[in-house]
Amino acid sequence: MPLITYREAIRHALSEELDRDPNVVIMGEEVAQFNGAYKVTEGLLAKYGPKRIVDTPISEAGFIGAGIGASMLGIRPVMELMFWSFYSVAFDQILNNAANVRYMSGGQINCPIVIRGPANGGTNVGATHSHTPENVLANHPGVKVVVPATAYDAKGLLKSAIRDNDPVFFLENTMLYGEKGEVPEGEYTIPLGVAEIKRAGTDLSIITYGRSVLYALAAAERLAAEKKVSVEVVDLRSIRPLDVDTVLASVARTHRVLIVEEQKPFASVGAQLAFTIQREAFDELDAPIHRVTTVDAPAIYSSPVEIEQLPTPNRVYLEALKVLA
Amino acid sequence: MSTKSTASSVTPQPEGAKGPGDPRQAPINARLKPADKIELYRTMVRIRRFEERSLRAYQAKKIGGFLHLYIGQEAVAVGCCSLMGPNDHVITAYRDHGHAIAVGMDTKPLMAELYGKITGCSKGKGGSMHYFDPSRNFWGGHGIVGGQIPLGTGLAYALKYKGLKGAAMAFMGDGAVNQGAVHEAYNLAALWDLPVIFVIENNGYSMGTSQARSSAGDLARRAEGYHMAWGVCNGHDVLEVRSVMNEFLQRAREQSKPAVVEIKTYRYRGHSVADPDRTYRDKSEIEEYQRTKDPINVYRTALITNKVFDEAAADQIDTEARAEADVAADFAEASPFPTADDIQKDVYWETDNPSQRTSGGRLFFT
Repeated sequence: MPLITYREAIRHALSEELDRDPNVVIMGEEVAQFNGAYKVTEGLLAKYGPKRIVDTPISEAGFIGAGIGASMLGIRPVMELMFWSFYSVAFDQILNNAANVRYMSGGQINCPIVIRGPANGGTNVGATHSHTPENVLANHPGVKVVVPATAYDAKGLLKSAIRDNDPVFFLENTMLYGEKGEVPEGEYTIPLGVAEIKRAGTDLSIITYGRSVLYALAAAERLAAEKKVSVEVVDLRSIRPLDVDTVLASVARTHRVLIVEEQKPFASVGAQLAFTIQREAFDELDAPIHRVTTVDAPAIYSSPVEIEQLPTPNRVYLEALKVLA
Repeated sequence: MSTKSTASSVTPQPEGAKGPGDPRQAPINARLKPADKIELYRTMVRIRRFEERSLRAYQAKKIGGFLHLYIGQEAVAVGCCSLMGPNDHVITAYRDHGHAIAVGMDTKPLMAELYGKITGCSKGKGGSMHYFDPSRNFWGGHGIVGGQIPLGTGLAYALKYKGLKGAAMAFMGDGAVNQGAVHEAYNLAALWDLPVIFVIENNGYSMGTSQARSSAGDLARRAEGYHMAWGVCNGHDVLEVRSVMNEFLQRAREQSKPAVVEIKTYRYRGHSVADPDRTYRDKSEIEEYQRTKDPINVYRTALITNKVFDEAAADQIDTEARAEADVAADFAEASPFPTADDIQKDVYWETDNPSQRTSGGRLFFT
């Protein structure tokens, strides 16, 4: 199977869906002539032209709102946020209009929009550009939230997201854009809301998603080598819908849970997950659920400390030992 | 009336000058048959009687929440929506009852929505501020000041993308013009030549703050900063609304050009029924407008003067409108509320269409 980057996998998904459906439009800041701030959309303008690949002004409330309005009339806009951190200036459009319009119209209006872009810290750009809003987004019934960790998942999930009739928020990671993975050529989709066990194990379940999957896998290898511990790594892939069944089945196998997420701890995705696990698998647990999150402060600029503020393989390793103790 | 424009085909007129003659002589109005004129009148009366009936229901505690009444502004929605062709679309803010009736929605589900009943136009899930009827090209009904304006711009984007000769009318109040999202939408519409008319229904007050205390400069003239055409017209004269809006709508449909149109109007009631209306204007101001510029009286007098109908026929329309409002209230009263089982319906397309669901996992949580 060809090895391609996460960035290329997303581009392939966009290109295939542009070919498949004439109502798919790519919009965002610098997506066309500039070839994408992170080069995800590189070459698409040349291939599809300015009607399908549309540069917008720096005007997130305006263009995201326009995309939502266009989607109500049957266009399928795939909007790029240069950083998901900029969702705050389009908050009313994203979470009042896109999230609520189906409900408030009694089911008369659909909003088949995708908003995608990177949502991560660790890039030495300070607090304003390091938000991970998946918990905030997923707190709004009516929306779907997807956070792919690998190139293969990114392509298959994005294609499903574009075909979905509900608004889907697709959170990528600048630190993953260059990561290579095996991706088959041609058509495949991955359904939203289906987790994947990235590594099977029997002693501890690490429930995670996004870039933290890579750290969980690294920590799992170290735990196996140094402590002879068998760790299962469950990649949620999708936050809403959430594959609770796969999580609970893993808990039933290992009886110990560590949640790893690049989220601030208060009311995070992991907080919801921990509630659900204790509520539905209380008798399976042999230890309290632990979490590794971003250290609870705005994202620090200083590079070496910033790395420590986020989950790291070592932090995952140390916290896993506590769950296993 | 006056119209002004930059980079447009609309003839520039000096501010406050008379436009191209009497709006009655404008072709869009000259071609109205007596039945059409009576229908314009009837729609305005139906809106007013519907709202007066809804106010009584509110006072009787049949309706809760907010109730933003349109009374006094009827000629704006009726004039604008009477111009709609098959590819024209409407979106507005929370003072939306008039637009809903003007696009042809049945008043029974509109009243039932206010009562929070399952027979409401949004199944009791939207309320007064969130009426929708996409089958009539009516896209709401939006609660956040100015938040609907980017959506209206997107409707126009979709029309242009699909190559349809239509226009979107994105209505807002005078309070919305200071929201950032509105200016972002202006810029996009002008930058991309989108067929959208931004209609400012200027009733003089953004909630309890007068225009003089909230907005710098002229509202519609802000369009010049975006090289958009703009116009101003009186909103108490349904024919003037039609003649001015028709120019901009035709231009939008034919040339895919946006515009800002400020329609000067007035609301008789408070911002919402929760507004005691004692702090920011004098009662005499309301009475003066009612006496001289009430849109229904002005048109009624004109139609009687022009022998389109007589007093008795006008009164008959009024009687019928009151009866219709009562029927709507009776329908709402008799209708059931949604049940707790309805709370999680209409959230996701997928859960409402389970046989076509492609995703796995849970979409709802406890």
